Amino acid sequence: MSTRSKTFEKGLTKNNHLIPIYIFGKRYEVPESLTIQKAMEYVGYRFVRNCGCRGGICGACVTEYRTPGDYKLKIALACQTVIEREMQLTQIQFVPSHKEDYDLEALRGDGSVLAKVYPELLRCLQCNTCTRVCPQEIDVMGYIAAAMRGNIEEVATRSFECIMCGTCASKCPAELSQHEIALLARRIYGRYILPPSRNLQRRIQEINEGKYESVLDALINLDREQLKDLYSQREQEPQDSSGWEPQNRDFPEGQLL
Amino acid sequence: MNKEKPYPESMMETIRRLETTREKRIGQEIPRLGLSEKEVLLKKYHPDYRDGVKREIRVGVNRGQSIPNELADLFEGESMVDPDRFDLSSPKYKTDVLVVGGGGGGATASIFAKENGASVILATKLRIGDSNTIMAEGGIQAATSELDSPALHYLDTMGGGGFHNHPELVRALAHDAPMILGWLTRLGVMFDRRPDGEYLASFAGGQCRRRVHSAADYSGLEMMRVLRDELYVKGIDILEFSAAIELVLDESGNCAGAILLNLDTREQFLIKAKTVILATGGIGRIHIQRFPTTNHYGATADGLVIANRVGAKVVFLDATQFHPTGTAYPEQILGLLVSEAFRGWSAQLVNGEGERFINELETRDITSSAVIREVVERKKGIETPTGMVGVWLDTPLVDIIKGSGTIHRVFPHLFHRFKTFGIDITRFPVLVYPSQHYQNGGIHIDVNGESTVRNLFVAGEASGGVHGRNRLGGNSLLDVFVFGRRCGTAAALRSKEINPGKLSLHHVREYHDALRKLDIQKQPKSPLILPDYRFERALPQVHQ
Repeated sequence: MSTRSKTFEKGLTKNNHLIPIYIFGKRYEVPESLTIQKAMEYVGYRFVRNCGCRGGICGACVTEYRTPGDYKLKIALACQTVIEREMQLTQIQFVPSHKEDYDLEALRGDGSVLAKVYPELLRCLQCNTCTRVCPQEIDVMGYIAAAMRGNIEEVATRSFECIMCGTCASKCPAELSQHEIALLARRIYGRYILPPSRNLQRRIQEINEGKYESVLDALINLDREQLKDLYSQREQEPQDSSGWEPQNRDFPEGQLL
Repeated sequence: MNKEKPYPESMMETIRRLETTREKRIGQEIPRLGLSEKEVLLKKYHPDYRDGVKREIRVGVNRGQSIPNELADLFEGESMVDPDRFDLSSPKYKTDVLVVGGGGGGATASIFAKENGASVILATKLRIGDSNTIMAEGGIQAATSELDSPALHYLDTMGGGGFHNHPELVRALAHDAPMILGWLTRLGVMFDRRPDGEYLASFAGGQCRRRVHSAADYSGLEMMRVLRDELYVKGIDILEFSAAIELVLDESGNCAGAILLNLDTREQFLIKAKTVILATGGIGRIHIQRFPTTNHYGATADGLVIANRVGAKVVFLDATQFHPTGTAYPEQILGLLVSEAFRGWSAQLVNGEGERFINELETRDITSSAVIREVVERKKGIETPTGMVGVWLDTPLVDIIKGSGTIHRVFPHLFHRFKTFGIDITRFPVLVYPSQHYQNGGIHIDVNGESTVRNLFVAGEASGGVHGRNRLGGNSLLDVFVFGRRCGTAAALRSKEINPGKLSLHHVREYHDALRKLDIQKQPKSPLILPDYRFERALPQVHQ
């Protein structure tokens, strides 16, 4: 079939205004609709550090900047933030963190565990800097307060959107590594506080007992036409499946064994 | 930004049409296509079938296979290593198992290799965790519900792959899935669960049962941050910013290590290893047919290039997955993934006239082909001010059908991302178009993940066969853990019984000789390691 090829160059460079920005203090003119990351590439940077997913989730491209006439220091992900006129920006390549070694299997889900593993937790000054700098807009100080109270579920759920960039830890006057504390809380929550799934336990037991061996062996020996035929006989679970059951509960075992 | 009009007026006009048809669309059933209808749609509209986009491999063990031009260019590049000068007598490190790649596959392989008594080095070209795993939104497949079974998972996966998948690999995938879910949960991954502990599974395209287990739309991030933590606490040696640029063999032609490039210092160094596991991921960043991509910065086919050069067979590399719902607007985030889970949670694809045009839970190859047909042939797409054309994904339907607050709960990441650009996805649809997402094929492996080169194992997207010609949503996270575990275990056990002899780069010399004999245009050296977006390349391009 015929294909169309086009670029957005017209929209971005010709109709699109160039504005000045300062990258590590150096002035460049770049198309105004670009993200910080693409603006740096546009002027010739080829990233090795400070670039990962390019989708706002890996925490590699944390950027600090100020804009004219504003005393505030702003923090954002370069891949998700559009440049502003005369912004001055810098990027941090690595944040040293305090991470303890632990064996999750040797821990338990009681509230005191966080302060046992990370006793510096209790040094929090409640200055709220961590919350102000978080590019994910997480209430970091809020979950640290919950950690001090020993409420693991609250730490786990409130920190859930953490991308582990460590910006909180880089700015904390009490020298906490908040993101590491939150990670431990989430692991304990997933491991010990949420009850195990009975359905999963049952299925794993069935598999270990070999319940599916013969049907899987039969399936891998079908030729392509037989497989297509069987595929077309599957019953589709509906979107609203409360109370739904397939008419043939013995599928595909019944066809094969 | 105007919260009531987050899109330009020409686009808002089509949203008003979409809103008028919404009520009617809620009850509308679009039947799934039959197998022959699917074949016609694919051949006519899927980008894999366009003229002139592929060519044959001309050198090496895979000669004759047809692959995308962009990948063939890399295969026709010479090595960055000079085989006549590199000193193979003094490795910088020695290890039982060398794992290359810092995503879910590499992390899992490392953990299981260590647990099976091997010494392990994990080398990765960016930071540990920088990978497509971390970007996975939807979740992981496993047949856990009472109405589901590994046999149905097997059937769905084979059908999704066009029945081309390697059966033994699919058997392993479906069989191991529930156990893998249990393993991740024991490591402390916070899956979406009910208060009684049961998982909240959802649909992906091509599944006859609800089988995707998620951690909101941060599924891959949640798994990766737990695995990274586990690598640290297990004391596994990690080399970051170290890219594998060549594999080395021993005298009997078995894999026995790799040459890496330190990206900070540009030093080339040798790791002698009894076994090597490639978990190097996919190819999104080589931009097949100039499509935008959902992929991570490092997805540049490095593992394929060095595995091909060392003589490992590849399969299905001509089959590329284009995800039907890549972002088409705003252009700052062009190509980024809008999770398939939206369609699993009832969001619909709608053209500029307010009509649906495909069952949204068809497999990705089919759905993408239908979107391309709508835009390119039927001209019913919606055009942005800069000329990109897409279709609407009617996201507000999720809250309308599943209840207010569902989007906030299930899609916090995507809600946040679009809010940054002034778009409230609980009130307005998002514009989407297929984006290069996944390499369906890869390096041929057996059920233990071993390639056709002895002692060279491959896990995850770099491998091929398990997904046939088209992967199902939720099977990629599963693949990296299932085959990461199998590779790590098998490589550790293998390393106990072997002692590699003298190292050799003869295969590189031979490959270079073969390239030079062909009268072909000289390509840059490969692997690529990282894409080049400098200067005008920073501006988005697209080929619809």
